[in-house]
Amino acid sequence: MSVRERADLVQPDESAEPDEAAGWTAAVRRRLVRELPPDTMLPDTQPRYVASWIYVFGVLTLAAFLVVLGSGAVLAIQGPSWWHTSDIGHFFNSLHLWSVELFMAFMVIHLWGKFFMAAWRGRRALTWITGAVAFLGSIGTAFTGYLAQQNLDSQWIAVQSKDALNAVGIGAYFSPMNFGQMLMWHIVLLPAFVGILVVLHILMVRRRGVVPPLPLRDRPAQAGAEAEPGTVSEAGQEAEAETEEQP
Amino acid sequence: MSAVAQGALAAAVDLNGPGHYLNWGVIQISAANLVIIGVMIVVFVLALLLPFPKGRGRR
Repeated sequence: MSVRERADLVQPDESAEPDEAAGWTAAVRRRLVRELPPDTMLPDTQPRYVASWIYVFGVLTLAAFLVVLGSGAVLAIQGPSWWHTSDIGHFFNSLHLWSVELFMAFMVIHLWGKFFMAAWRGRRALTWITGAVAFLGSIGTAFTGYLAQQNLDSQWIAVQSKDALNAVGIGAYFSPMNFGQMLMWHIVLLPAFVGILVVLHILMVRRRGVVPPLPLRDRPAQAGAEAEPGTVSEAGQEAEAETEEQP
Repeated sequence: MSAVAQGALAAAVDLNGPGHYLNWGVIQISAANLVIIGVMIVVFVLALLLPFPKGRGRR
């Protein structure tokens, strides 16, 4: 049974007292249970078509993101004098850099896979949009990270990008040559922005289910019907109906 | 790591010199970035083609 089908099966228990409590907390509770049912949020099965390497890159991106956040937190706690001068500091500095490299590479491969799969099908437009905006936010975070390196590279990038941002009229508000401002963007604002979007993205993936693969070109003709745009195709529903236990 | 192995690795991946760039009209890209993009495309194609292992409990 697919994630979506199971979500549809989540019905209020007839024998239980209806939740009619007043107040905003009760209203929020009802809304959360309705919009994000626990069975859908933490499923123990996935559709059969998810057993493909191309579906692995989303969770690889998430794993790399957690390493980025963890190594970044250690760097923030210890400070530049530590990461520039000690062996362990160099190690965490490198760990932060290489986890970002993997994060961006995995995210781009995930993006390619979802683009060619038309992953916005089946009321998944917001899932696609949050992912795309998180990708743009990640580019901004990586850019401010380059500026925080405190070496010749970062000075070069700061001066060049300052010219570019001045040319588009935002250099006074977002100044790459202002190290303190860029560091705050890098370690507070942009990680919070990307982190919130990633959480929303995952919640929406859980709510709508993983997008099924596109049907083969001759499948709808065999089934005698063309899939409606924006809906899960017949072949997709068929694939979604075949589920399997997670390892 | 032995000195010989370190020397061989340093010769294969020398990060201390200036980068190598490729030019094609108005397009300029570093060899390192081009290699990364190539590896990503290879990984993407392999992810589509390689069979996914069947774990225990899978039907």
